[in-house]
Amino acid sequence: MGFAEYLSSLDPQALLQRLPGYAAQGVLWGVMALGVYITFRLLDLADLTVDGTFATGGACTVMLILAGWPAWAALTAAVAAGLLAGLVTGLLHTRLGIPAILAGILTQFALYSVNLRIMGMTANKSVSVDQYPLLLSSRQIPRAALIGVLLAAALTALLCWYFGTEQGSALRATGSNPAMSRAQGVNIDAMKVLGLMLSNGAVALSGGLTAQYQGFADVNMGRGAIVIGLAAVVIGEVLCAALFRRGAPFAVRLLFVAAGGVAYYLVVGLVLWLRLNTNDLKLFTAVIVALFLAVPQLQARRKSSFRAADRKEAQPRA
Amino acid sequence: MLELCDVYKTFHPGTVNEKKALCGLNLRLGPGEFVTVIGGNGAGKSTLLNAVAGVWPVDAGRVRIGGRDVTGLPEYRRAAFIGRVFQDPMLGTAPDMQIGENLALAARRGQKRGLRRGLTRAERGEYRDRLAALGLGLEDRMTVRAGLLSGGQRQALTLLMAALRKPELLLLDEHTAALDPRTAAVVLALTDRLIAENGLTALMITHNLRDAIAHGTRLIMMQEGRIILDLAGEEKRRLTADDLLRRFSAAAGEPFDSDRALLADD
Repeated sequence: MGFAEYLSSLDPQALLQRLPGYAAQGVLWGVMALGVYITFRLLDLADLTVDGTFATGGACTVMLILAGWPAWAALTAAVAAGLLAGLVTGLLHTRLGIPAILAGILTQFALYSVNLRIMGMTANKSVSVDQYPLLLSSRQIPRAALIGVLLAAALTALLCWYFGTEQGSALRATGSNPAMSRAQGVNIDAMKVLGLMLSNGAVALSGGLTAQYQGFADVNMGRGAIVIGLAAVVIGEVLCAALFRRGAPFAVRLLFVAAGGVAYYLVVGLVLWLRLNTNDLKLFTAVIVALFLAVPQLQARRKSSFRAADRKEAQPRA
Repeated sequence: MLELCDVYKTFHPGTVNEKKALCGLNLRLGPGEFVTVIGGNGAGKSTLLNAVAGVWPVDAGRVRIGGRDVTGLPEYRRAAFIGRVFQDPMLGTAPDMQIGENLALAARRGQKRGLRRGLTRAERGEYRDRLAALGLGLEDRMTVRAGLLSGGQRQALTLLMAALRKPELLLLDEHTAALDPRTAAVVLALTDRLIAENGLTALMITHNLRDAIAHGTRLIMMQEGRIILDLAGEEKRRLTADDLLRRFSAAAGEPFDSDRALLADD
């Protein structure tokens, strides 16, 4: 097939039709990105628990809805499960001295079994929007997007308020300078545990929403979630920095992080529409995240590096 | 105000790096005493301050602050009674937070941090006045991130944070050592002023003998984890650097390690 033929086979109409769906899915992942932001940016911890927690949130939500719970109650329980997962990682890290990244991997690994148990030892459980009162579904994309936006906005507002409180300030200080925080009487271990709990609570909420949207929970649904969360965070931050050159207020930065999820899914939608091999999607995502994470380092190197210094010496002085 | 009774601390016990840092140290500070601490490398000066601050548990002995036994309290709980300034200007403030937010964090030292506002409007006014009193122009930069300040500005801010809610004890660990001489003099003058204004009890480590003599009401010299010289009152006031070196040699039985002890006039 020639390139012209390939181009003419692409249907712009189809892209436009599908974009709202991707946007809706993106908002739900934006909720997850807010959670990742708490640990990755505010606490300066890379928490890999979230891959497991995302599926835990989905599994809890679907199983409880199947058991006759209303969707909001099921989601609340999912958040509670997420808080618990964060607590486990936090205690492994602070009480047992396991490096945060390894503590997260351990909890994530264990959650695979836990998630299977939650789902009654099956890898996949579906919940039909025809039979159960789901909060949102891919059948009604505008409604799903609206609920996603409302929840993401509410979570942003909640986080904004919280990080302005005494406790939230102590949590931010812990991530910014642990030695100073201890000297100012902050129990930094407690703050780390709290931050990990909040983060995983948000991630479980995102998992619960996503499971309803797609109509099933799968034990593998969280695989690579941390990378997508990070992608949303870094894309959101780059967009925010580009639009607010003098730095944006905290609330705006959080909104951009949530919007980063949408941006990511729109790009995914574009990739799928271009009929690139979907198997390459993870490679593509990893490259994007690596590139965006490298931006500060690359910028710094452009200003000052050994190679540049070397080159300067070789030039004749003016 | 501060009482250390027979305090021992050994680092890396049972290894080739074993270091007996504090060997039965005894020290009592009355209210309002401002003690300068000098001594050679590895004499145990910083270890003394860290033992008081609770950076790690001591091996033996008791630590009391204001009559309370704090030997079993971790660092963050002792912080309720202690204000601290470190040698590294980076260590004293949260670089990602605003100047006002840093002060607000310090104002809540020792209090339960709940869901009330982390920085109230009334506080902003108070901090503005306090910053203005520093004379560094920081009062107009309350919303600037602390990470954008110079080393001297950060040490001044950290000092203000340490003294903000009158601590029972102020610990200064060579807090001017990383600054250029002029900035160091400004920060030292500020230190004197804050201690005098608030009637603080303070322990200040310095590697500059002239500073140790010129500041404070009492001077102690450490060697090998013990206090080998303790001068106060008239004796301290009349002390000269040459005196001090002589007294050291007599007490320690060896000349003072002057590699690091600066006698420079600036």
